[in-house]
Amino acid sequence: MTKPESVLIIGSGAIVIGQAAEFDYAGTQACKAVREEGVRSILVNSNPATIMTDLDVADAVYIEPLTADVLERVIARERPDGLLPTLGGQTGLNLAVELANAGVLDRYGVRLLGTPLESIRQAEDRELFNGLLASLGEPVLESESCETLAACEAAAAAIGLPVVVRPAYTLGGTGGGIARTAEELRAIAAGGLAASPISQVLIERYLGGWKEIEYEVMRDGAGTCVTICNMENLDPMGVHTGDSIVVAPSQTLTDKDYQMLRSAALRIIDALGIEGGCNIQFSLAPRPDVRAWEGDPRDPLPYYVIEVNPRVSRSSALASKATGYPIARVAAKIACGRALAEIPNAVTQRTTAAFEPALDYCVVKIPRWPFDKFALGDRQLGTQMKATGEVMAIDRTFEGALAKAVRSLEFGRRTLLWEDPAWREAGAIDLSATDTRLWALMAALRRDRATAAIATETGIDPWFLERLARIVAMERRLLSEPLDGELLLAAKRMGFSDEMVGRLADRLPEHVRDLRRQLGVRAVYKMVDTCAAEFDAVTPYFYSTWEQENEAEPQAGNPAVVLGSGPIRIGQGIEFDYASVHAARALREAGRRAILVNSNPETVSTDFDTSDRLYFEPLDEEAIRAILDNEAGEDGVAPPSIVQFGGQTAVNLAEPLRRAGRAIIGSDTEAIDTAEDRGLFERFLQELGIPQPPGGAVRTLEEAMKTAQAIGYPVLVRPSYVLGGRAMEIVQNPREMVGFLAQAAEAAEGRPILIDKYLEGREVEVDAICDGERVLIPGIMEHIERAGVHSGDSMAIYPPIHLDAEARALIAEYTERIALGLGAVGLTNIQYVVLPPETGGPRVCVLEVNPRASRTVPFLSKVTGVPMVRLAVRAMCGQSLAEQGHEGGLWPERDLVAVKAPVFSMSKLPAVDTYLGPEMKSTGEVMGIDRTYGAALAKALRAAGLALAPATPVLLSLSDQTKTEALPLVRGLHEAGCPLYATEGTGAMLEALGIPATTVTKVLSGERPNVVDVIRDGTVRGVLNTPEGRLTGSLRDGFHIRRAAAEQRIPCYTSLDTARAAIEAMRGTVTPAVARLDEYVNGAVP
Amino acid sequence: MASARLVLADGAVFEGRAAGAPGHAEGEVVFNTSMTGYQEMLTDPSYAGQLLTLTYPLIGNYGVDGAVEESAAMQPRGLIVREIAPFASHPRASGSLGAFLAERGVVAIEGVDTRAVTRRIRRQGVMPGAITTAPAGEALERLRAMPAYDGVDWAARVSTARPREWPDGPAEPAFRVALIDGGVKRNIMRSLAARGCAVSVLPVDASADDALALRPDGVVWSPGPGDPRVRTAQVEEARRLIGTVPLFGICLGHQVIARALGADTFKLPFGHRGGNHPVRDERTGAVVVTAQNHGYAVDPEGLAASAEVSHVNLNDGTVEGIIMRDEPVMAIQYHAEASPGPLDSMGMFDRFVNLMRGERAP
Repeated sequence: MTKPESVLIIGSGAIVIGQAAEFDYAGTQACKAVREEGVRSILVNSNPATIMTDLDVADAVYIEPLTADVLERVIARERPDGLLPTLGGQTGLNLAVELANAGVLDRYGVRLLGTPLESIRQAEDRELFNGLLASLGEPVLESESCETLAACEAAAAAIGLPVVVRPAYTLGGTGGGIARTAEELRAIAAGGLAASPISQVLIERYLGGWKEIEYEVMRDGAGTCVTICNMENLDPMGVHTGDSIVVAPSQTLTDKDYQMLRSAALRIIDALGIEGGCNIQFSLAPRPDVRAWEGDPRDPLPYYVIEVNPRVSRSSALASKATGYPIARVAAKIACGRALAEIPNAVTQRTTAAFEPALDYCVVKIPRWPFDKFALGDRQLGTQMKATGEVMAIDRTFEGALAKAVRSLEFGRRTLLWEDPAWREAGAIDLSATDTRLWALMAALRRDRATAAIATETGIDPWFLERLARIVAMERRLLSEPLDGELLLAAKRMGFSDEMVGRLADRLPEHVRDLRRQLGVRAVYKMVDTCAAEFDAVTPYFYSTWEQENEAEPQAGNPAVVLGSGPIRIGQGIEFDYASVHAARALREAGRRAILVNSNPETVSTDFDTSDRLYFEPLDEEAIRAILDNEAGEDGVAPPSIVQFGGQTAVNLAEPLRRAGRAIIGSDTEAIDTAEDRGLFERFLQELGIPQPPGGAVRTLEEAMKTAQAIGYPVLVRPSYVLGGRAMEIVQNPREMVGFLAQAAEAAEGRPILIDKYLEGREVEVDAICDGERVLIPGIMEHIERAGVHSGDSMAIYPPIHLDAEARALIAEYTERIALGLGAVGLTNIQYVVLPPETGGPRVCVLEVNPRASRTVPFLSKVTGVPMVRLAVRAMCGQSLAEQGHEGGLWPERDLVAVKAPVFSMSKLPAVDTYLGPEMKSTGEVMGIDRTYGAALAKALRAAGLALAPATPVLLSLSDQTKTEALPLVRGLHEAGCPLYATEGTGAMLEALGIPATTVTKVLSGERPNVVDVIRDGTVRGVLNTPEGRLTGSLRDGFHIRRAAAEQRIPCYTSLDTARAAIEAMRGTVTPAVARLDEYVNGAVP
Repeated sequence: MASARLVLADGAVFEGRAAGAPGHAEGEVVFNTSMTGYQEMLTDPSYAGQLLTLTYPLIGNYGVDGAVEESAAMQPRGLIVREIAPFASHPRASGSLGAFLAERGVVAIEGVDTRAVTRRIRRQGVMPGAITTAPAGEALERLRAMPAYDGVDWAARVSTARPREWPDGPAEPAFRVALIDGGVKRNIMRSLAARGCAVSVLPVDASADDALALRPDGVVWSPGPGDPRVRTAQVEEARRLIGTVPLFGICLGHQVIARALGADTFKLPFGHRGGNHPVRDERTGAVVVTAQNHGYAVDPEGLAASAEVSHVNLNDGTVEGIIMRDEPVMAIQYHAEASPGPLDSMGMFDRFVNLMRGERAP
């Protein structure tokens, strides 16, 4: 294939469950690789929080909604001669197929690069794929493609229940599931047909308890095929691989098994004609004593090909980080016409990409689920992925890697020793697949349940269970034996943290640490080099273990350590990885060596060339202190740490590092404490004369009642030091206070709970850079939703078009005084509430100050063109803003409008309520940018899936307290020709006002159709539902409406502010532009 | 378990615990980077006289199964690993690796920083070493008395003592193959048998006449341990086979044939041992991933004009295969029979069958 001159790369859009930061990693690598080939790269993505949308990653960057019509306009403008469809997840792939089917690619002479479209179709269409497998002599699992419910039922009858329902062309298994009964089949199949863009599901025989094995393979245009990595799921078939604990390489496969599946994988990609990366999932027969199957175990084990993903994926990102082999980079080069043997191995710099990595360590990945935020969500795991992110850990033992991965989860400081209090009483511990199964297995083993029995019950291979049993045996030794050097080393090799050792051996973690030092038990670091040390490698990529030789020697060059942000979770998303990557880059630009620590395999920050040295380690005190000790030169002085870019994860490490006498650059712990300690913060603001909503910090219910009484209800209640508004709520009265405080107290983990007067004004957010002398404010953002909706779930507008000059001036002034007063060095985020002048009170109150990089840093950096992280890092390194050419103050407003909109993953989280509140629920964000507010808003809504099409039928169900306020919106919908449907109370109001509406009952047991029916059958395509207070119990009323809307993937507005914006956008007549980011920023849109 | 150590001839000491059979073992210390296939490696005759270090740290996970053995004996003198799994899990496992090593008399050491051992060997080259429970100094002293690996006729030690027939041949063979056994792996016989060949296995010192007396359709020169330079007689015999009968050399067999065709051989600093070596077919440009296990390589300087280098290792450019342009002679340095390793090169046996069918040259 000839080399293209220019290539269009489609990103994957907002972070949602099933499509996370791995595609920023893949896309960024691809853009870089394409550039190295001398090919012009054109990137389109709607997600501003990505590295790939930085102006210096691709040659042309478009932050526009990912729809076929927008892409067509980009193609018409840029006239790329190639399109790389396999790097933007399922979103990118589906769009490429759509463009091809619509004839757009032919019309503009764009050829698909890499894997041909035919191969993609063949891999994704079950019938074609099964045909291919049969022609290769590969075993085909009994299945049938169905397009109607009746067909599903017939297929299931033929195959026999239970069956797996797999919707075609969806990501993360959305809409699928395991049906065990006819009833379940109908429910799941209906959901699956709705989820599939082509209304097709596959009904497939269920192989519960069989092993799930994955291979990451590559093929070039010349037909050379290699395997990058194989992986084994600890959780057997039945749990989505994204929700499974995964180890690499496989542990329980013999060479015969390994090669049998490897050969099958290579035959399949060769037959498909893949040109790039591909993921193949197999199901392999388990031990007959775990699950019986027909056949002779002396013969080659039976297997089935379960799924083929003809693109880079979450698994390929994991495989890349697990092996050091950059799959996306190599895939992009193959798409440009390179052969594997022509692509240098960037790790060894001597060998080529045509080889298979050899691992000399064990890798464990554990998903990060959002059930700390959604405690009432359905925690059962199945074929539909529920995790928002994942962590990876590397060690020379499985036990060590597992324990480090658990530490990396940052799930309430939960170690492997954690047990659910309910297990203390339970007769038999529930071992079904949930987010806590790993701990349940440990608990069962502690209660002496036999591994064989657990294996039979769960289908988990006894090998894994025996390993867990070994950890339990070590727990017992630590409980009973004297803690000598031999025992300590054995425990460390099994992954026991100092904290775990201390808890079992009855010592403080610091004592265990001291004891280790005396006994010479210290972590060493080994390199991930793709080749098991066979060749000298240059990758600066390390993990800790407990052996003889240390390969990571302290380095010269004035290093500094950037602490990353760990797994992607609600409240701490890809934005913090963006900041960490830029921090590392800024350090390097400033002539210092950047050391990065992170535990997330999906990200750009853990790419091998982001930093000068990468430690793939948990972000906890023990791991960071060990790294700092290791990096200390002969003088014993460790490099300083930077804690302000890795979200709350990194900020929380500031205090332990200070106690350990380790230096931090940037805002010190005093500034962090002042901002986070309610009492200190109140005094601080009083001294500055800056107003804040009245309130206080409390520790008991009595104090809480007293404080709330004094300031008057409603009040905002939240624990200090937690992220994403966890356990935050607007409390209307004392009765609600009693009910809510229990939850808040648990989330607070012993720290105080904050109670503030709830002020219903316009919420505004500012990020500022401070060098200790001056403060630069790149921009002010106003929120569309009023205070009370978490800032991460609010739509935000830059510039603040609804703020008057007085408010803007006050915000700039307060920001400056706060940053300087705190002694902040680096970034600070401040949230304000702006009140209308007529209230007579203060115009602007401070809600919150965070002396660290915030979620809005990438958005604001991109729309203002101010390289915020770079300026901040340089200021932290001692170069003043003045020396960097900045005077400070409020940066001139750009002649553009940008709207950031949240994106939710609610369709994937059954039983989670979707209404917007003080607790954050969104998983990602998109941006609409244009010359006018109307156009930017329309784009943001569209990209977020929140837009209303003209004349859309809308269901209204309004709470009493919002009915009056909602009236103009309802009129607006009516005037715009939207047929209206309403629940009883709302319908009565509309009737009284003479607005025509069809009333549907919200009583689900009564007449049909009810509210849920009209959503499910597509009668309505939008919902406006304002819930009554969450704490009064009436919230349940609207729950079914909101869930039905989420499952049907139609917009459901629970805030009148969002609805107002959507209706405004629907009624608008602007035609949005399509232009490059730099054209908007420079005011040069043609 | 008692503490034990690996002592290298250069004085480096790696601490661990004794495993497998009790005792002291000496040999040339080598490493293999395959992540699976320990039992195949333990029974591969090419490891004779060596202490085998496995770079993958978790060994023994799937236990042992007699059906995968590549010869009747345990071949390396010792095994060096990070961890021997205390528990094995596989439908075909008949026991654990630890018990198996003890039963079959293989001295082993676990708990060793095998990555450090590998890095040392990569930098210093392969060298003698000892697995011992004795003090390091004592072991080092004994190592000095150990005969040099290169000087020993290892192939003669592992070869079949007398001619024998591969018992699991086809009922109605299409071809008769004479196989010169310098340390053959069973999967070579299995692969030939699967292609309709009856295989007669001959001792390594068999002459060309011995082989031709069987009236074979083709001759296979097997892999095996040791320096090809000690095989001067066999090189001479191989030269007599060239042009007489289709000839296929694998590994040591490749080196012998290369020498017969005028090339030289030399010792690699730390060998190629693993299942991930990329090899390019010089005529098609195709690249395949191969299984390798060799400490010596062919220097093509001096290779007869009638022959050419057909395959090259992408990592270090060493010769991976030789063919003759006008004679049915093919030789490969890597292991088409895999076991352990990728099966991508099984087609080489088909090529050999084609030569026996009468194709003039490979």
